[in-house]
Amino acid sequence: MSIASQDTAIRTGRVTRMLIYLVLLLFALFYMLPLYVMVVNSVKPLDEITGGGMMNLPQVLTFEPWAKAWSSAQIGVEPTGLSPYFWNSIKMVVPAVAISTVLGALNGYVLTKWRFKYDTIVFGLILFACFIPFQIVLIPMAKMLGLMGLAGTTSGLVLVHVVYGVGFTTLYFRNYYAVFPTELIRAAQIDGAGFFRIFWRILLPSSGPIAVVSIIWQFTNIWNDFLFGASFAGADSQPMTVALNNLVQASHGVKEYNVHFAGAILAALPTLLVYIVAGRYFVRGLMAGSVKG
Amino acid sequence: MRSFLKTKTAIALALSVTAGTASADGHSGVEVLHWWTSGGEAAALNVLKDDLEAQGIGWTDMPVAGGGGEQAMTVLRARVTAGNAPTAVQGLGFDIIDWANQGALANLNEVAAAEGWDDVVPAALQQFAKVDGAWVSAPVNVHSTNWVWANKAVLDANGIAAPTTWEEFESALATLQAAGITPIAHGGQAWQDTTVFDGVAMSVLGIDGYRAAFVDMDESVLGGADMVEVFNRMAVIRANVDDNFSGRDWNLATAMVINGEAGFQMMGDWAKGEFINAGKVPGEDFLCFRFPGTQDQVTFNADQFMMFDQGGAVSEQQAALASAILSPTFQSAFNVVKGSVPARTDVSDEAFDACGKQGMADLAAAASSDNLIGSVAHGHANPASVKNAIYDVVTAHFNGEFDSETAAAELVDAVSIAQ
Amino acid sequence: MANTANADFKTRLQTWLPKLVLSPSLALMLVFVYGFIIFSVYLSFTDSRLLPSFGWVGLENYSKLWRLSHWETSIMNMGVFAFLYIGICTFLGLSLAIFLDQKIRGEGFIRTIYLYPMALSFIVTGTAWKWFLDPGIGLENVMQSWGWTSFEFDWIKNSDFAIYTVVLAAVWQTSGFVMAMFLAGLRGIDNEILKAAQMDGASNWNLYRRIIIPQLRPAFLSAFVILSHLAIKTFDLVIALTGGGPGRATELPATFMYSYTFSRNQMGIGAASATIMLMTIAAIMIPYLYAELREKK
Repeated sequence: MSIASQDTAIRTGRVTRMLIYLVLLLFALFYMLPLYVMVVNSVKPLDEITGGGMMNLPQVLTFEPWAKAWSSAQIGVEPTGLSPYFWNSIKMVVPAVAISTVLGALNGYVLTKWRFKYDTIVFGLILFACFIPFQIVLIPMAKMLGLMGLAGTTSGLVLVHVVYGVGFTTLYFRNYYAVFPTELIRAAQIDGAGFFRIFWRILLPSSGPIAVVSIIWQFTNIWNDFLFGASFAGADSQPMTVALNNLVQASHGVKEYNVHFAGAILAALPTLLVYIVAGRYFVRGLMAGSVKG
Repeated sequence: MRSFLKTKTAIALALSVTAGTASADGHSGVEVLHWWTSGGEAAALNVLKDDLEAQGIGWTDMPVAGGGGEQAMTVLRARVTAGNAPTAVQGLGFDIIDWANQGALANLNEVAAAEGWDDVVPAALQQFAKVDGAWVSAPVNVHSTNWVWANKAVLDANGIAAPTTWEEFESALATLQAAGITPIAHGGQAWQDTTVFDGVAMSVLGIDGYRAAFVDMDESVLGGADMVEVFNRMAVIRANVDDNFSGRDWNLATAMVINGEAGFQMMGDWAKGEFINAGKVPGEDFLCFRFPGTQDQVTFNADQFMMFDQGGAVSEQQAALASAILSPTFQSAFNVVKGSVPARTDVSDEAFDACGKQGMADLAAAASSDNLIGSVAHGHANPASVKNAIYDVVTAHFNGEFDSETAAAELVDAVSIAQ
Repeated sequence: MANTANADFKTRLQTWLPKLVLSPSLALMLVFVYGFIIFSVYLSFTDSRLLPSFGWVGLENYSKLWRLSHWETSIMNMGVFAFLYIGICTFLGLSLAIFLDQKIRGEGFIRTIYLYPMALSFIVTGTAWKWFLDPGIGLENVMQSWGWTSFEFDWIKNSDFAIYTVVLAAVWQTSGFVMAMFLAGLRGIDNEILKAAQMDGASNWNLYRRIIIPQLRPAFLSAFVILSHLAIKTFDLVIALTGGGPGRATELPATFMYSYTFSRNQMGIGAASATIMLMTIAAIMIPYLYAELREKK
């Protein structure tokens, strides 16, 4: 790509560097704080939590809450734990991320390399869609899903997430492809390569970084969605966030905070994993395109 | 009216579209949308589930917790719009009437007649289960909300007897305050503020004033001098909660009473479960009594299961579910666990503890003397829009935004906007 | 002959293919976004309550809306929240990016720590934040138990300050992401200009002020778009942290809209507030999109 990753030419003095490290460290602590609270309290027995001292390290270390949250916590009538819902989420997230990313890549390709009259207006229309508040689409969306026979199914949920994700993926790919040298495309066209062949052979191989950005973004948003999951899923397709909500929001009885925290971390593990594994490509992908506006 | 008819047709249409998609569960069993996800509640629901399964009816569970059912109601809205309504849905008060008015509920009159519901369910409750002469939902229980829960040891140590008038209550609060104990355990959430308001309003206005203000929405009562007094008393209560009350969950407030950090809590009968779970004995460790000045009245809310129209007549499974819900054995088993009292008045109180027995006796007495009335805070006095408008004013006053006179005036205004 | 026709078809296909590829997405947008927006705007003029209904009531919902003190609170909160949230995130993101750009050891590790909050939803972190902010068990309690007895931090319980705790948690979640965007921008700046300026004896401060930051304009704009859309959609956070309280002190337009549409069965008023929200979003976004997209031509 045209933008090379490089270190800054700025030079700093020793004292300044010390200060910088200090500030960076302090903020690292700030960002870690809620995770610390969650992790520490998920491995304590309940009486240690209710006894106060939420910042304290556990006196007795227990992984019981984790096992319970995963396999035997009360979610509905049956004490199933979160595990069945985990797979529901996977079945919804994987296709939704894949489809919206592919659509975004194709859209970005057309909007930058096959320009046509009013293409910026089309892009504007797709982009503005990112800003629609989800609360207003619930009722009409339910109606549409019902008409299409997709109410209460995983396919319906996939459709919903593709619709409201494609604006973002298009934005990412468009900005990325915008700086891709058009001469290469022209040359391939002269050689007789067609629309899909150019995409497949020339653009796609270098789309890695932005695909990572798009996948991370979509994965995180779809995995964490509660509103659509609760409203459009059927009894056998409820995603993990809905189950977690049922666990945490139960209004009666003893609140098992340790189980709640363990469940919360379990529900967040896939997204955390994605960030940790793909995080380095994330900044690279952003660098290569999306901040060029 | 025209628009209303249109909606009705829209729903009928939606329902007919569904037939193909949703009946997969419908034929083999029941799909139940509810928000009872805590251990005790789920155990109680399991009684129902096992009962149905013994009859060969499958149970598809659709739990959506949060906000005392608000989240589930949102989901319900989406499901009905999609033409994919669950078979049975947990519902409260005016929500049931609203859905019935939309023509979305099935008629249960056949099973109701066969089992004689009309005779055993109190009239005040029937108001929310029977719309235009048709039974549309099966009541599970009656909760009453004008209870005060007290730590007996704390009261005894400070020489306080269970107060029966507002003045006694006020002096008890002062005694505890002086002793350095938080007089009232309270969670600052709009519905909890309004639960307290229910009792206070009843004590000042009496049953007729309460009905005029909150059911008939008579502006002269809503904004009258007595209402100012209601808010004055709310201010007294506000002065007797701890600094950290805001946003606290109700069961954490109950825990304060259990642990002796606080003297009283005003909360519905579900608070009893927390005491029992903590191994406390009613009458020995804790006391339950009606909010001072409302000894004869019962403000209630009731959990019910609405039966959604699955295209024409009520289904066999729905009838079976409804009849299982109303069966005396389930009514007793469930309500012993839940802290509430049975929705039918002919159930034996044998299995219930002291507070439960008192609750059942109070309910029967209040029902026969026309002192049983729906709770404002729990959506059994007026529709959701009005209920929430009252929440807004009560909670704003409780958090010091309005003085009592302004609050009464705001109440009139808010209720009129919401109608 | 057949050959030319075939070639002709191929060329025509090639000219139509791009539009064909784009059309499914566009069709989805027109129905599921713009169609729904029109539907929602229409509902705002009707007597819809529990479910949509189509009795025309004109501007009644809007006049009711503006009589609600509660709506004004949520608008005011939105102003305070958006201003602080966007401002602090941008400032913090930029500062941290500049610091992290100084050939820092362990940059990758620190970056991951800064970024991870974006991966968690507030259904997950809400409780942790609530505890942390609660004076009874959280920071105040911990500080006091460590011996700093006069330490007070009870914003979440205070109607006048609670909105700032919402800002704090929101900043926590997204400032790392903004940092990544600025960092990416910084990495794209041409070092030759910097070196030349350094030769001329410019201080680091001046380098940043006069050369580097002005070049980050695209990153600023992207950050602004992302942050403003997140600000407008802020919903889970308020529900998890304060439930809109104390009283109604932390109500935002998104929670207002949800509560009127779904909890209060006043769908008409909910739709009216949604319409106003959408108009506000459009008023901010359309000039931005226009400026951005025109430049590209």
